[in-house]
Amino acid sequence: MDTITVTIDGQQVEVDQQATLLDAANKLDIEIPTLCYHPDLTLHGSCRICVVEDAESGNLLASCATPVTDGMKIKTASDKVITARKMNLELLLSDHPNDCMTCEADGACELQELVYEYGVTEPSFGLMEEQKFEVKNENPFIEFDQNKCILCGKCVRVDNEVQCSGAIDFTERGFQSKVGVPFDQDLGADHSSCVFCGQCVEMCPTGALTYKPAKGLGREYELESVQTTCPYCGVGCQIELKVKDNKIVKVGSVYQEDSPNPIGETCVKGRFAYDFVDHPERLTKPLIKKDGEFEEASWDEALDYVADKLTTITEEDGGEAVAALTSARCTNEENYLLQKFMRGVVGTNSIDHCARL
Amino acid sequence: MEQSIYRSHILICGGTGCVSSGCKEVRSSLEDELARHDLEDEIKVLETGCHGFCEKGPLIIVYPESVFYCELKPENMEKLVEEHILKGKIVEEFLYQEPVTNESVRSYKDIDFYKKQERNALANCGHIDPEEIEEYIATGGYQAIGKALTEMTPQEVIDEVKDSGLRGRGGGGFPAGLKWQFASEAEGDKKYVICNADEGDPGAFMDRSLLEGDPHRIIEGMVIAAYAIGADEGYVYVRAEYPLAIKRLRIAIEEAEEYGLLGDNLFGTDFNFDLHIKEGAGAFVCGEETALMASIEGKRGMPRPRPPFPAQKGLWGKPSNINNVETYANVPDVIQDGAETYKQVGTEGSTGTKVFALTGKINNTGLAEVPMGITMREIIYDIGGGINDGKEFKAVQIGGPSGGCLPEDKLDLTIDYDSLLEVGAMMGSGGLVVMDEDTCMVDVSRFFLDFTQSESCGKCTPCRVGTKQMLDILERITTGEGQEGDIELLEELAENIKSTSLCGLGQTAPNPVLSTLRYFRDEYEAHIYEQNCPAGACEELLGAYVIDGEACVGCTACTDACPVDAISGEAKEEHQIDEDACIACGACVEKCPVDAITQ
Ligand SMILES: Cc1cc2nc3c(=O)[nH]c(=O)nc-3n(C[C@H](O)[C@H](O)[C@H](O)COP(=O)(O)O)c2cc1C
Ligand code: SF4
Ligand code: SF4
Ligand code: SF4
Ligand code: SF4
Ligand code: SF4
Ligand code: FES
Ligand code: FES
Repeated sequence: MDTITVTIDGQQVEVDQQATLLDAANKLDIEIPTLCYHPDLTLHGSCRICVVEDAESGNLLASCATPVTDGMKIKTASDKVITARKMNLELLLSDHPNDCMTCEADGACELQELVYEYGVTEPSFGLMEEQKFEVKNENPFIEFDQNKCILCGKCVRVDNEVQCSGAIDFTERGFQSKVGVPFDQDLGADHSSCVFCGQCVEMCPTGALTYKPAKGLGREYELESVQTTCPYCGVGCQIELKVKDNKIVKVGSVYQEDSPNPIGETCVKGRFAYDFVDHPERLTKPLIKKDGEFEEASWDEALDYVADKLTTITEEDGGEAVAALTSARCTNEENYLLQKFMRGVVGTNSIDHCARL
Repeated sequence: MEQSIYRSHILICGGTGCVSSGCKEVRSSLEDELARHDLEDEIKVLETGCHGFCEKGPLIIVYPESVFYCELKPENMEKLVEEHILKGKIVEEFLYQEPVTNESVRSYKDIDFYKKQERNALANCGHIDPEEIEEYIATGGYQAIGKALTEMTPQEVIDEVKDSGLRGRGGGGFPAGLKWQFASEAEGDKKYVICNADEGDPGAFMDRSLLEGDPHRIIEGMVIAAYAIGADEGYVYVRAEYPLAIKRLRIAIEEAEEYGLLGDNLFGTDFNFDLHIKEGAGAFVCGEETALMASIEGKRGMPRPRPPFPAQKGLWGKPSNINNVETYANVPDVIQDGAETYKQVGTEGSTGTKVFALTGKINNTGLAEVPMGITMREIIYDIGGGINDGKEFKAVQIGGPSGGCLPEDKLDLTIDYDSLLEVGAMMGSGGLVVMDEDTCMVDVSRFFLDFTQSESCGKCTPCRVGTKQMLDILERITTGEGQEGDIELLEELAENIKSTSLCGLGQTAPNPVLSTLRYFRDEYEAHIYEQNCPAGACEELLGAYVIDGEACVGCTACTDACPVDAISGEAKEEHQIDEDACIACGACVEKCPVDAITQ
């Protein structure tokens, strides 16, 4: 493919024709702040934080949305650039509550980070004085505080382009614009098509979308991250358990190209149904019923018991007397093995699976 | 043609403006009168589109004498038929009177409002029945398609349009031929042509008038564009608030299909073209081309970053050409008469004519089509008849909500795309609002910012939040709460919004503020530092009223009128107003029999 050479902050770089200025800067490890850009979502170009200066014309360009052209010279940190970024941050702040103290996003908030980095200590237009919207949090999973939303549109895009739920979209115009939910209700309301996959929360750069069950359980920087495979179904999504004091606080997304869920997709179970892990009633050892009561047993004991019973039943009444029910929580391979074992060894066709129920 | 059997034709304007001033009633009264005198077979009544002079509606032109009657009422028809039609006597009292000379004018061609106009795009508006395709054909219509399709290659069509210098009339002034070239060169199995009839600028109605008065001209322009770029399908995006335009366009499309001017194998060639109407919900931002295409696709009308431009990736991702109604209206002439002839009108960089929507404090308001390069003075004084009520001219706002306000010393500026940009205004869609000495320029900026703020799509930070901040500052200045530093803050905000907004709406929204700051900065300063509105328009800044003791006759009328009991004084003696209590409502002023109260 044809390449193009551009100069960024005095350094030349060769990139492919389709590249944007942001791609070119990334290639040089020159950092440009972004709030609305995400490589897996369609281009939006709304935050205008990523502006850079065209050295020739002096024009400001949104680097995420501007394709490179040959011979272009770009400045990413000129006074003009810094002034513009700062003012756009100030504008965002003027429509944002001063709530970092108790905000769930504190420490992991991209807005907060940039405001700190750019030293916006005395925002020219103040901060949001009166709460504009009521917080939506009637459902058990996601709290939506539209006041903290900076309209980066990542949630809308992931919802519409990746999850394809169409649960949220922009509504209203001008200063009243917001990410809307049908009939301005809760995400869990009757008319909502939200499936609580939580991907919007993962994408949200601020504390506008947060996990309700994780509320108050720990700051992002206190959490330990453990990548694992979701235990719920054969898809085997990669997930990131965020753990504090050996307890899961929330489940984050893993963005990994070769995984079954490369854009961090999960379903509601993978995202929210983790409380079984520490549940007191969780079975951690096999149980065998003796005299009408379940009693703990070792795996050897349990497997012997099952083998024994299967042998007796098939000998006495034939394989047809046995049926097997497997689980969606097993992998495809495990499910395959079980049906093979039932048909080939035990001799029964009575096989079923919970996902069919 | 059947028209020849009539002794006389009466053209009654049926445009939206005249419908609202009662032309339907006038028409039925006229028809009753004609029937009463058994004249139906001798006199033909035709309903036309807008003449651009709606303020004087309902309008009638009687042919062959081409006498122009205006501001008609149904009860006038009896006299009109009896005098003019039966006796051949012109009815003086229904004629138009020049505002300056008070002379009655017989023919519309002699009215000052029309004299300096050069009506090319609007040539047929008001003069043909837009619901009859044959009337358009009789004026030479649809010949340009024939010529293009049978005598020219698509590239020759593009070259002719390029050569004509025709620039987009929707605001940006981008050369139409060049745009067509891009769309023609773009690769795609499917291409579209789109006509932008969103017409979101408040006050502008040239696109509506064209669609109502001469819809076939737009269809013809679009077919030619489609042939040139290789498109076989098109959309006209019209706001739903234009029901008459939509109805007439629909009829025109049906007629054109019947006549084989739309559909398959036009003029026996293998060129096919289908045209659809898409009704928009009337958002200003939907006039922006990428938002418009999103809206046609059924999505929220929100602009997206360009490139890719519509010519590369347009409607449904296919190469598309989008032009304004008036741009397409110019195309048949370019092809039919040739670029050389077309270029004779206008200036070198801005050829042809432009339609302006004149409003504000002038005597004649309406649509005026003038050659590019005309001066502002000619438009305002010769065509517009000057400022009304004998007031002083103060400024003219040109280019719609994102245009600029120009002061008196710019009156002799020749108007074209580039000269306007140089002085901080723009052509826009051709809105022209004339303001007199009573207009406060800070208040004008506030008004336009209020419009752009509420019409912003809300997508990008500088436009969504920045225009709100500018509006807040302007509101505080006009209510006497202005602070030191406000002007500078406005300038910083304006610069940021212009240079970092995503689309043209945000990029131009600060223009009214910047241009008024450039030419009328002292007014801002007076508001902020002296708590004074020089134009006397900002109510909160008007001081308390005072009574001239010498003149006061002690009638007590003012005391009774004051809602806050701020006036004291015995009957038959001098009265006083308590400055602190006075809320400057002005109620007393009206009541004083000797005009003793002033501000
Ligand atoms: C906020 C905004 C509103 C616009 N509204 C209109 C409109 O109402 N009509 C129009 O023709 N062009 C409008 N435009 C310009 C269009 O985006 C586009 O440039 C134009 O339709 C191209 O046609 P032209 O080249 O023939 O002018 C608008 C642009 C912006 C940024
Ligand atoms: S969203 Fe970010 S900036 Fe806003 S209150 Fe929370 S942590 Fe602070
Ligand atoms: S949780 Fe999933 S489905 Fe619900 S709004 Fe967010 S992205 Fe859409
Ligand atoms: S809720 Fe979060 S992700 Fe969605 S638009 Fe607002 S800030 Fe962006
Ligand atoms: S249960 Fe849901 S999150 Fe878990 S692997 Fe299956 S699809 Fe993925
Ligand atoms: S400039 Fe305004 S109208 Fe244009 S995309 Fe940004 S917010 Fe929307
Ligand atoms: S990251 Fe480029 S505009 Fe938001
Ligand atoms: S509608 Fe009749 S003159 Fe405009």
